[in-house]
Amino acid sequence: MSAIPKEEYLYKCTSACAGCSSSLCLRYVLKAAGPDSVLVVPACCTSVIQGIYPGTAMNVPVYNVAFAAAAACASGMSEAFAALGRETNVIVYAGDGGTVDIGIQALSGAFERGTNFLYICYDNEAYGNTGMQRSGATPLGARTTTTPGGKPTTKKDLDRIVEAHNPPYMATACSAYPLDLYKKVQKALSIEGPKFIHILAPCPPGWRYPTEKTVEMGKLAVKTGTWILYEREFGKLAISGPSKAAMKRPAPLEDYIRGQGRFKNLSPETLDLMRQQVQQNIQRLSREEAGVC
Amino acid sequence: MLTIATGNRAVADAVKAAKPGVIAAYPITPQTEIVEQIAEYVTAGDLDSRYIPVESEHSAMAACIGASVGGVRTFTATSSHGLLYMHEMVHWAAGARLPIVMANVNRALGPGWNTWAEHTDAFSQRDTGWLQVFVGTVQEAYDATLMAFKIAEDERVLLPVMVNLDGFTLSHITQSLDTVELGDFLPPFRLPHAIDTSNPLGYGPMTGPADYFRFRWDIERSMRDARGVITEVEREFAERFGRSYGPTEEYRCEDADVVVVAMGTLGKEAEVAIDRLRDEGVRAGSMRLRWFRPFPDLDLSGRDVVVIDRDYSFGFGGVVAHSLKSKTGIEPYSVIAGLGGQEVTYNDIADFVRNRHPGKEMWFGVSDHV
Amino acid sequence: MYEIRIHSRGGQGGVTAAKLLALAAFRDGKHATACPFYGAERRGAPVVSFVRIDDEPIKVYSQIHEPDLVIVLDTSIMDVVDVLDGLKADGTVLLNSAHPVAGCNGTCRHVDLTGIALAQNLVVAGSPILNTPVLGALAKVGIVTLPSALQAIREMFSDERNVKAAEAAYEELKI
Repeated sequence: MSAIPKEEYLYKCTSACAGCSSSLCLRYVLKAAGPDSVLVVPACCTSVIQGIYPGTAMNVPVYNVAFAAAAACASGMSEAFAALGRETNVIVYAGDGGTVDIGIQALSGAFERGTNFLYICYDNEAYGNTGMQRSGATPLGARTTTTPGGKPTTKKDLDRIVEAHNPPYMATACSAYPLDLYKKVQKALSIEGPKFIHILAPCPPGWRYPTEKTVEMGKLAVKTGTWILYEREFGKLAISGPSKAAMKRPAPLEDYIRGQGRFKNLSPETLDLMRQQVQQNIQRLSREEAGVC
Repeated sequence: MLTIATGNRAVADAVKAAKPGVIAAYPITPQTEIVEQIAEYVTAGDLDSRYIPVESEHSAMAACIGASVGGVRTFTATSSHGLLYMHEMVHWAAGARLPIVMANVNRALGPGWNTWAEHTDAFSQRDTGWLQVFVGTVQEAYDATLMAFKIAEDERVLLPVMVNLDGFTLSHITQSLDTVELGDFLPPFRLPHAIDTSNPLGYGPMTGPADYFRFRWDIERSMRDARGVITEVEREFAERFGRSYGPTEEYRCEDADVVVVAMGTLGKEAEVAIDRLRDEGVRAGSMRLRWFRPFPDLDLSGRDVVVIDRDYSFGFGGVVAHSLKSKTGIEPYSVIAGLGGQEVTYNDIADFVRNRHPGKEMWFGVSDHV
Repeated sequence: MYEIRIHSRGGQGGVTAAKLLALAAFRDGKHATACPFYGAERRGAPVVSFVRIDDEPIKVYSQIHEPDLVIVLDTSIMDVVDVLDGLKADGTVLLNSAHPVAGCNGTCRHVDLTGIALAQNLVVAGSPILNTPVLGALAKVGIVTLPSALQAIREMFSDERNVKAAEAAYEELKI
């Protein structure tokens, strides 16, 4: 961790919930990006976390914009900086709802156009800011305020959608592995064009686990193979260190499920389906990395 | 240079002269020629702008917002459903105090699909905090677009400006156009609150009622100040380029007993009707309303007023007729005409005057006085 | 004010012909407007364009209901559209046709614009270009001067064959 700069761009006066992992991630994202960076933030938890006017917890400019508009707004900003000859990093920091649901059109457009920016989706698998309603990123079986009986459909595979745009760089990350995230942000920002990082961001009130278990929850997501860390540079897949071991011998899925209130009373059939999905995902990515697609 | 051009071409040529740093473009009939022509200019190297071919109008305005706060002059063009699709961002642009200029080629709204002229699209955005000007000729489309940048970017205004031109009737008509050598008419773009990473600010975070309320008043104060800025800019334009404009264009109004108030091309067509009526001995005049936001002060006291609305607010009435009524106290004869491109000739307009019923409303060709 | 209505099919150049005519009149020192009346933009559909020419600025935007001159670039349209509708009693009709066409009242003139375009090999995407030769015919009718017609063509097109076609139409049209 010695490589990570001491400078802080996210001060300790945020309005985040206790145990919030997305603000933890943002801290490392900004350390990696440095001061010549702008955050573009659609409606999401970060709209609240940054603080209330006239105060701000952020030490980089933050442009707040409407829910569906982040990627498009960043497109315009990136082109303006290019027109002015400035090399400022334009980083979208958006939740899963603003990415996989309402913002996906603008995201797709910005990637298709080759916009020079970094889009980060921090994924807490529901509309957290408004009190945990289901999003397209909510996993199968998870209870939210709009899926009180558990979500009947699976999580939208955002990464494969982004992958279909052939970006020069995309990666997954998790709040429990900040060094991995830090390196990925640095690498992303060293590449010209549209970059994408998808961070799994466990959420204590939303997932219904005790706040002190935020790091553990992220680790379990990776160790069980539920969340696989990887990078894809110009299409070439590389599984990241923490997931390599997990994919060979994943921890039992129940270890991850058990501690989360949102998965309470899962039916054996749903649990079985979830297990199959984890296995399929591991298999698909392992085969791809080994070149046996 | 004196040439001929369509209304759309005139807007594109004004944009070329204004040299925006970023242009967001999405096609929609009957605006498409504007973004096509600008694409040609950019591709040919005649215009050094970053051209963002966005995937929707919502993203067009979002991109303009990002670019404008990024520190460059920005432009986009739209029409009808495109304008309504970006509605959320239209509000955002004004609230964020960004001097974006947008051409809106006025067109009806579905269903059913209708690509012809109507003003309801623009009026649906009247409460967003945008300045709105409506033009009546190809030359005016060019001149108003140039002036729009100067007015919007004035530090006393810092609000976006929408230049409205009638779909097909003006966007596709060919008329003479005198393009100008701009010189220093437009100063370099300067936005006091442009993003500066050496001075990290939070833009539009959570804001409590007291501050929010003050920001809204700031918008209204700038909208009020905009009247004076518009007059200044129009006066400077007249001095430099010889063409003068005002909040309204009046025609033979001085001694008129009855005045026709209309907007866009119908306001020009009305002048022909006035000549016919004058030939018959009717002391008629016309007033073409150019600026709709900020709404100008109108002096129409002591006259009969016939308002032609190419729009409607259902359950209420013609938007212009009722705006005029609330501002002047005059009960006009409210004619609803030209919706969805309905053909309205100068003979029809003369008939509106001959058969006027002040205080009544009439849907041309559809309803009697009601 | 002299009012002209042009009938063509989408893709035949009627809209451009109207613009060229307005430009030529403008180069003659007149005021002119040209306006197409569009539906959806589709090839082959009947299209109407309007041109007005006057010594005074033109403020009229409505359609032309009583034209002084009707131009028909594709006579097959006459089966589906009443091209003579509203034509003034002393009005003129100009047809793209090698032969006189029955049922045409008023002063009816015809010239084989298609043949002229093909002779110059003026063909785009399989269709002969009619909008430049028709300018020559209109100069012969006296709507614009020939020098202005040719200047307008040169301003809008770089291919000299367009000028040659206009000159040929000027020669071929019998007054």
